[in-house]
Amino acid sequence: MQTSKLGIDFKKVEYAKGLARNIADEVQLFVDKYTTVAVERTICRLLGIDGVDADGVPLPNIVVDSLKEKSLLGEGVIFFIGNAVIERNLTPQQIAEEVSAGKLDLSSMSSHSSDEALKALKPWIEASVNRIKERRQRRDNYLATIGEGPKPYIYVIVATGNIYEDVIQAQAAARQGADIIAVIRTTGQSLLDYVPFGATTEGFGGTYATQENFRIMRSALDEVGEEIGRYIRLCNYCSGLCMPEIAVMGALEGLDVMLNDALYGILFRDINMQRTLVDQYFSRIINGFAGVIINTGEDNYLTTADAFEEAHTVLASDLINEQLALLAGLPEEQMGLGHAFEMNPELENGFLYELAQAQMTREIFPKAPLKYMPPTKFMTGNIFRGHIQDALFNSIAIWTGQGIQLLGMLTEAIHTPFMSDRYLSIENAKYIFSNMKNIGDEVEFKENGIIKNRAKFVIDKATDLLELMEKEGLFTALEKGIFGDVKRPKNGGKGLDGVAPKGNNYCNPFVELMKGRN
Amino acid sequence: MSGGLYSMESRDFDKTLDLTNIRPYGDTMNDGKIQLSFTLPVPAGDEAIEAAKLLIKQMGLENPQVVFYKELTPGFTFFNCYGSCTHSVDYTVIHVPKVESTTWDMEETDTFIKENIGRQIRVLGASTGTDAHTVGIDAIMNMKGYAGHYGLERYEMIEALNMGSQVPNEEFIAKAIEFKADVLLVSQTVTQKDVHIKNLVELVELLEAEGLRDKVILACGGPRLSHELAKELGYDAGFGMNTYANDVASFIAQEMNRRING
Ligand code: B12
Repeated sequence: MQTSKLGIDFKKVEYAKGLARNIADEVQLFVDKYTTVAVERTICRLLGIDGVDADGVPLPNIVVDSLKEKSLLGEGVIFFIGNAVIERNLTPQQIAEEVSAGKLDLSSMSSHSSDEALKALKPWIEASVNRIKERRQRRDNYLATIGEGPKPYIYVIVATGNIYEDVIQAQAAARQGADIIAVIRTTGQSLLDYVPFGATTEGFGGTYATQENFRIMRSALDEVGEEIGRYIRLCNYCSGLCMPEIAVMGALEGLDVMLNDALYGILFRDINMQRTLVDQYFSRIINGFAGVIINTGEDNYLTTADAFEEAHTVLASDLINEQLALLAGLPEEQMGLGHAFEMNPELENGFLYELAQAQMTREIFPKAPLKYMPPTKFMTGNIFRGHIQDALFNSIAIWTGQGIQLLGMLTEAIHTPFMSDRYLSIENAKYIFSNMKNIGDEVEFKENGIIKNRAKFVIDKATDLLELMEKEGLFTALEKGIFGDVKRPKNGGKGLDGVAPKGNNYCNPFVELMKGRN
Repeated sequence: MSGGLYSMESRDFDKTLDLTNIRPYGDTMNDGKIQLSFTLPVPAGDEAIEAAKLLIKQMGLENPQVVFYKELTPGFTFFNCYGSCTHSVDYTVIHVPKVESTTWDMEETDTFIKENIGRQIRVLGASTGTDAHTVGIDAIMNMKGYAGHYGLERYEMIEALNMGSQVPNEEFIAKAIEFKADVLLVSQTVTQKDVHIKNLVELVELLEAEGLRDKVILACGGPRLSHELAKELGYDAGFGMNTYANDVASFIAQEMNRRING
């Protein structure tokens, strides 16, 4: 039996996990019936289709849109491209080029069965599955040879907008002690229903996620990792309207960590919930297969809702996200579930409450590399106090054994980090992680004290919320504004027109080939 | 150490406060002490320190001190420095444009509107362009308000509609027409590469093109905005950090009154 420093009743936790499972199962019943433009574009990419036309429109978009226009999205690209491969004896890439040139109407390619279509595509399907496997082995190989930093992994962001400038910043951070480099995406990318192409040098508050940018950064991190003798993980965002597509680009280019959370997109980008839950399922299958750690965005609920009052919503959502990830075959060891240090610094004993919640989250998800978010909302122009807030946050992380420590920056309220900000933050974290290393083994919590009571309270409230949600379902809960105080209608938001029920010829072989295969 | 941070030598400057000639204050009036930190794209070393000092001198600080430096990565060195500022400013002649309205509480504003406007004021708000930050506009508009100040939705004499985030300017204007808005409130948080300026200016241009600019009270807000900047961009008012719904509501009520009743 698992022991708890907080006196957590694990039977209660099991019960809560069961409720979350039921909620996730109901979502899955829906997800299984649909496909989306993003899922189909992802399959195109897995068939080797890449590149853009003269106007910069990606070929996967051209192919998928040509089917969508004829209301054939639900039959899926495998069926039509497989048919075209048989009829024309061309590669999927050549077929996409023909479609783009207006020389081929995919919708007319339908005389063979979906089984035959699938068979014709086998070489390309296997090639990409193997490439992802190789990528994964490459990472494992690095981990076995040059190794990695201790947990909590030190995670910092770069966000200059220019991938080449990002490289300088990322390598600097790695030399200073960072373990994970996250390249923040540019403002607005999550609402693009395509993935831009090539290396990019213009972005606002972040840099475009493109396959080429992934490749450039991955090789820069390999270079610096070999120099300093430590594997440096690369993180990006597969969220927004291109979730699975970005997952697959990351899988092909050897990314290690991906923000991957439908709930975040629904609440904070107003993306339609049906669309993004279908997208999320496939993206998590890919991430699971590629050995990518996903990060979920619960921490953000506390930027729009109060961190003390709404702590239980974070836990409830983590529990649901865990079940949704399990349904997509993603192992617990890859679940970077999100939570945060976000209480108002004016709150008396706030540190104790934060400590209780961080320890509670640790114990409820013992295998997960939890992603712990620093104070953001209450960071102000008083950078000196901010640095102390970050120090308290770092203390809790080492105390409670968090997995991924998203470092706070003293200038959080002002700009995306300067090179020197990152240095100061890494120094802060390393100092505390070393100075307080075994505090968690040494200190016990008082019976019936503030800390134990807080943990119990949050678990009870999260369980109540899950009971309610189990009755109503996730969709209704989101419509009612349960998370982050944000309400989203089931048929509102962006991207709903890219969803279609699966037709009779529908087939996605990658689910079978990748799900749970790690 | 001579002339350093902890210098004991007598300081031969005038130590009386003169508001026409103010300088930074460290621990003695007019000592001019300033603390600064920055990174130079050069490797650490004596030359780097000298470069930092020269730069500080050019900023008008004398007696520059590099108290800490660290090469962040090959070719980039970070410095913490001190110096004494040789410049001074005349505080007595400063004029900063401010929103010229008296701040009332919710009841006062409601009463004022009832008595002077005689109908509800219609206020439309949004975080526009690509900006997804809503906490600021919600703080101003939503019923529950922020830091103990109720939001505009709570005002009896204000009909408030908050469109949320990432609202394109065109959509915002279309809604303004449909909603018959008297007041438009725009929130902007992301300022990198001046995206907010471009977006705010575009809204003014679109409003002008539609012939609507003079028909509405147009105000913007956000942590990096000021009234001065807002005026420059063609807005009637701008609100920065630490503004609350009642500041905005008071302004709106008084400005409406001025426009209607002269
Ligand atoms: C919460 C938050 C988020 C949340 C937002 C959730 C939401 N629904 O709002 C999430 C996680 C979604 C987010 C996303 C991003 N964020 Co953000 N975020 C913040 C954070 C932590 C707090 C902002 C906040 O809520 N403040 C509290 C509110 C109450 O304050 P306020 O907005 O200033 O509002 C007050 C006044 O300004 C004024 N006011 C504001 N608007 C208006 C309007 C009117 C009419 C009036 C009268 C007054 C007024 O009244 C309010 C009450 O006093 C800040 C960092 C910080 N500590 O400031 C970064 C920050 C603002 N974000 C930043 C960035 C870069 C982003 C991203 C672009 C990152 C990315 N690349 O993805 C994305 C945005 C994507 C997009 N499309 O916009 C940067 C901006 C840098 C810059 N100056 O350009 C900051 C400073 C963080 C950083 N250091 O990088 N963010």
